[in-house]
Amino acid sequence: MTTELFIQYLFAGITYGSIYAIVAIGFNIIYNTTGIINFAQGEFVMLGGMIAISLLPFMPLPLAIGLSVLMTMVIGALIEIVFIRWLHSPSVLRMIIITIGISILTREAAVHIWGDNIRALPYFVGDEITTIGVLGARISPQVLWVVGVCGVMVFVLHLFFKTTSVGREMRACAANRTAAILCGINPRNMVTFSFVLSAGIGALAGCVMSPITYTQYDVGTGLAIKGFTVAILGGLGNSGGAVAAGLMLGIIEAFSVSVVPLAFQDAIAIAILLGILFVRPHGIFGSGEAARLKAF
Amino acid sequence: MEVVVNGHPDLNMKILERGKGMKQQMMSKVMVAAAALSLMLAPTVWAENIKIGAILAVTGPMSFLGGPEARTLEMLVEETNAKGGINGRPIELIIKDSAGSPEKAVSFAKQLIEEDKVLAIVGPSSSGETMSIKNIAEAGKTPLLSCAAAEVIVDPVASYVFKTPQKDSDAVKMIFQEMKRLGFANIAVLVDNTGFGKAGKEQLEKIAPEFGLKIVENEVYDKAASDLSAVVAKIKANKDVQAVVNWSVVPAQAIVAKNIRQMAWDVPLFQSHGFGNIKFVEVAGAAAEGIIFPAGRLLIASDLPAAHPQKELLVRYTRSYEEKYKENVSTFGGHAYDAFVIIEAAVKVGGNDREQVRAAIERLQNLPGTAGVFSFSTQDHNGLTIDAFQMMTVKDGKFVAYNGK
Repeated sequence: MTTELFIQYLFAGITYGSIYAIVAIGFNIIYNTTGIINFAQGEFVMLGGMIAISLLPFMPLPLAIGLSVLMTMVIGALIEIVFIRWLHSPSVLRMIIITIGISILTREAAVHIWGDNIRALPYFVGDEITTIGVLGARISPQVLWVVGVCGVMVFVLHLFFKTTSVGREMRACAANRTAAILCGINPRNMVTFSFVLSAGIGALAGCVMSPITYTQYDVGTGLAIKGFTVAILGGLGNSGGAVAAGLMLGIIEAFSVSVVPLAFQDAIAIAILLGILFVRPHGIFGSGEAARLKAF
Repeated sequence: MEVVVNGHPDLNMKILERGKGMKQQMMSKVMVAAAALSLMLAPTVWAENIKIGAILAVTGPMSFLGGPEARTLEMLVEETNAKGGINGRPIELIIKDSAGSPEKAVSFAKQLIEEDKVLAIVGPSSSGETMSIKNIAEAGKTPLLSCAAAEVIVDPVASYVFKTPQKDSDAVKMIFQEMKRLGFANIAVLVDNTGFGKAGKEQLEKIAPEFGLKIVENEVYDKAASDLSAVVAKIKANKDVQAVVNWSVVPAQAIVAKNIRQMAWDVPLFQSHGFGNIKFVEVAGAAAEGIIFPAGRLLIASDLPAAHPQKELLVRYTRSYEEKYKENVSTFGGHAYDAFVIIEAAVKVGGNDREQVRAAIERLQNLPGTAGVFSFSTQDHNGLTIDAFQMMTVKDGKFVAYNGK
């Protein structure tokens, strides 16, 4: 394998990997405050891209993206308030079924609003054929946008959870809900907030990736499956683990092309997931002890 | 009342013609009684509806095919019914959305044949679905007019199964002819994992040696793929590759074009007739420029000479579809258009009877459609020749006829 090809695979892998990681972090944020997997996470990514594309004719690109992220956050909050908030200590299974329902509902709403056409945001820099050289390989500048934005998001989220008081309250709810209530934290608000946050990062990821992939009403499902795989691999609730696992999966997928036919690419991801679940059910980066204490 | 009385003996004669066995005679008596009853109930509007079923991928990853097909059928049925239907009988259209799933196509096919008792079925949109219901249509003795392209649908011929898109093998030959003319010897092949992709791969591999071409890279990608840069990198690393053929019906064919150009690789890119929807060009943007592909003449209708046999029909379809739906026509909607035109022509001759319609389709000659001029026979259930194709390219975001470099 030449260096050029190696770098080319590496970049392809990092691109997929950062998108998987962002979706997985969205899963984690909600998992941490509610203990459930929100299967509508992929739909937030789709909504982000779709809304930005619809707003674009009326305003410049950065404004369209910003407004789209805000609108998706509002949708996230509404979903939580309408479907989740009023439930009194629901079972895990019930919550999962509800989120799957929300995912289907969102997708159907999207197909009615936007139709079944594929759309894409324009490239942030240059166009479809603009290319830049990195260490002998050629990539689209948008790849750097995806990787950069995802990197910054992870960093900002990390700061948010470590330093701000809302972030600390959310972590408190994740660690021990009862203790958090005793400290005067309203866990219901934290749950709403976690939906807002994960809708926001999903929407932003949906905007930056839209030019290189495309946005269609049903892109969310595929992303949710990959993101879920990554979230499990990294250990549910562990955002650092999600980043590492996302990049790992993306890079393995990209390099797998050189040894096995492309058709097996998805099989590899699922095979890894199964393997990990057999050997380390709490994920590569998760803690076994912590996993035993969780309901799900 | 007079109209009805005129219509009644017609029906009687037709039923008597059909009813030869005892059981059928019984049936015809029941039917006459039922018909008489319906005459009494609704004397002024009575006419036997012509029921046409359709199984189309209106949603899902192949909505690019099914969406325009369903809209085209709805438009045509509306237009025809406004003109009084076929032979004075209104058409009843039943569209089932398979979302591209062969399992759903199977259950819808059974439903349409056994419960709705349709005269004929248009669709399915994809080759995989069509192959999974080919035997059901055959066993149910219901004419099936597939809008899918794979050659296996009509080869070997099944007596009730027809297809309206051009032949895969002819598309492959068009592409290979051009490659040979440009002096290429080593090519890469990329296909999607739909039935269309798989069938295309077989034809590409089979026909390549005839044109002295060697397939040096051969890959299959998932129909939902959203980024193919890794596999494009792999193909690019093979210095022998002189041209790439991408054979697909899903949005990934726009992604392939983008990934190739983003790697600053100016290899000639050929696509299949599955590229004939301007939306793929919109999504691929500048990366679509210069893509070469074979397609029916619908995409360049306005550039055709006035004497061309398809000109009038293509221009009319384009105008009415675009006015009604505010979107560009695609070759896929055209496949449903052709299916309807064929059924209409066959019903005019054969009446509202499955077997008569089937036989009438096999006798249709020189019938202009969007894909080409159809001439069927008992051996040829596609009815098109290689002349139905025209090589095209993308220039300034539009489809134009390709005249070589």
